[in-house]
Amino acid sequence: MNIHEYQAKQIFAKYGVPTPRGIIANTPDQAVANAGELGGNIWVVKAQIHAGGRGLGGGVKLAKNKEEVRELATEILGMTLVTHQTGPEGKLVQKVYIEEGADIKDELYLSVVLDRAAEMPIIMASTEGGMDIETVAEKTPEKIIKIAVDPAYGFQGFHGRELVFGLGITDKAEQKKMIDFASKLYTLYMENDAEMIEINPLIKTGSGDFIALDGKMGFDDSALGRHPDIEDMRDISEEDPDEREASQYGLSYVALDGEIGCMVNGAGLAMGTMDTINYMGGTPANFLDVGGSANAETVAKGFEIILKNPNVKAIFVNIFGGIVRCDRIANGILEATKLVDVNVPVIVRLDGTNAPEAAEILKNANIDNVIAATDLGDGAAKAVAAAKGE
Amino acid sequence: MSILVNKDTKVIVQGFTGAEGTFHAEQCLAYGTQIVGGVTPGKGGQTHLDKPVFNTVKEAVAATGATVSMVFVPPAFVADAVMEAASAGIELAVIITEGAPVRDMQAAKACAVKNGMMTIGPNCPGVITADECKIGIMPGMIFKKGNVGLISKSGTLTYEGTNQVCNEGYGISTAVGIGGDPIIGLSYIQLLKMFQEDPETEAIVMIGEIGGDLEIQAAAYIKENITKPVVAFIAGQSAPPGKRMGHAGAIISGAAGTAKEKMDALSAAGVEVVVSPAEIGKAVTKVLG
Repeated sequence: MNIHEYQAKQIFAKYGVPTPRGIIANTPDQAVANAGELGGNIWVVKAQIHAGGRGLGGGVKLAKNKEEVRELATEILGMTLVTHQTGPEGKLVQKVYIEEGADIKDELYLSVVLDRAAEMPIIMASTEGGMDIETVAEKTPEKIIKIAVDPAYGFQGFHGRELVFGLGITDKAEQKKMIDFASKLYTLYMENDAEMIEINPLIKTGSGDFIALDGKMGFDDSALGRHPDIEDMRDISEEDPDEREASQYGLSYVALDGEIGCMVNGAGLAMGTMDTINYMGGTPANFLDVGGSANAETVAKGFEIILKNPNVKAIFVNIFGGIVRCDRIANGILEATKLVDVNVPVIVRLDGTNAPEAAEILKNANIDNVIAATDLGDGAAKAVAAAKGE
Repeated sequence: MSILVNKDTKVIVQGFTGAEGTFHAEQCLAYGTQIVGGVTPGKGGQTHLDKPVFNTVKEAVAATGATVSMVFVPPAFVADAVMEAASAGIELAVIITEGAPVRDMQAAKACAVKNGMMTIGPNCPGVITADECKIGIMPGMIFKKGNVGLISKSGTLTYEGTNQVCNEGYGISTAVGIGGDPIIGLSYIQLLKMFQEDPETEAIVMIGEIGGDLEIQAAAYIKENITKPVVAFIAGQSAPPGKRMGHAGAIISGAAGTAKEKMDALSAAGVEVVVSPAEIGKAVTKVLG
């Protein structure tokens, strides 16, 4: 689960990681009031969406008076912000964060993320803050410092020294502040079961203070159960409504732009089914993993969600039953044809646990647009042909 | 021969008396797996599925001589269970449970490594040596005995690959579902090495997915060390680039996360790479025929 910048900064503040003062706003009036409450004579108006690249997309702007705060908040609220992380459809901005202006001397980059290879969290830092860090990593990888921290021992003095000397920080007081910053960030990463924290830019002010000017945080979904405070930060409006509805039924669904609806058990086989459809000259309309506890109700729901997509011209049900029993899926298909108007051909391949029973169920039901397939290749070929109207 | 487990392997089940543990332990027993008991704290002394229940893994190991544990405890208790198994002298823990927090698995894996215990999973179908020993949740009936070793991140693609290999007239020596979580136990390289050294295995099927760089590392290892033919499929060629929030994860995995990069690396290492999982069986016939 991801959270907004302003929420990440609330967590930072709780752990003593310095952030600029800011207040969230839902309307231009609130934005102006927030600027007044913060005081000063310069403010930053920042779109709050779950994606990076907001600045380049026009979602972060500087206001030099309250009238500009109003103008910018009016412009940004309600805009559909497209960045390289939102996909071409972009994301609707529903909140703006009004933040006090900062005295920026240097821009750095700092993140904490799990290094799968080292099997421990890694702190990454760079002097090239404020830029697209992926470009930095690609073109000048030597400018990124990576420091793995073993949770068995935690953040030690040497981690801090590697960090500050790596960043070229020579002033003693500044070194101390940066080490303190990184140490607190590591602690909050661990204590909150974060998946990643990224601060870009982390600024050094004219007076030598380090401040998190931005903040992105993602969390391990499997650990949210022990962090109700973080679960409360969930912003449902940032999630796709169909994906969310699907997840309530134990289905994992992602919409795509093709013509063949897919219903598969297991993420790997679901991706493999999409790959096979592509290979055979068709296009998948979605990724849908029915999970290990599929039953008649969830299968019917899956059909309903797939058929909401008007581009779907055929549905390929591809199940290799291990835990999932094929007879339950077959009953789900029958159930679905009663509940939902299944008006496209449905190609069904059921293999594994209770496959013969399932075949019998479908055969006896004798539904018009259900076509049986013998294996994955056969099913994909029939689905591609059906989608083309052949 | 085979790898990791065989007909003589003695297995205990952690989370033995729960619904999942019970159902799958029953299936494993029916397959012929030597399940010699199980652990459920507070139920020690009882009998379940005609096998003894113990309060602790230490007691279970002392009484039964088990060397492998199949872990079915709920997600929040997985790390504790794995650490208990490691400190009790278990040699291999097969972790089926899905949804264990990453931070927990990090600690559990570190503990296992320190104690010399191998782990498989979490969030995986388990390991099976055909006709001898099934430790996990896979449909046993599709695994026919043979000379192909299989390693897969995905559970259902393990079944799909196995089914095709068997339909082509070949069979499986051992199949291992390694899981696709951020922290996993045994991975491609260790298992490729075991299959290379196993006289019964003549070819290896390797099934990967987008994300991470385990398959790239495996490709480099295959090039230098594996002389047996390898067939590979990488799922997710048609997956759209994910909507990501930050960049940090992408930098850590480098550019090595896409299906195409993995497939190219494996091809360059001499692996028979198929573009559709429906071609796995035919590719095995091609490399063995």
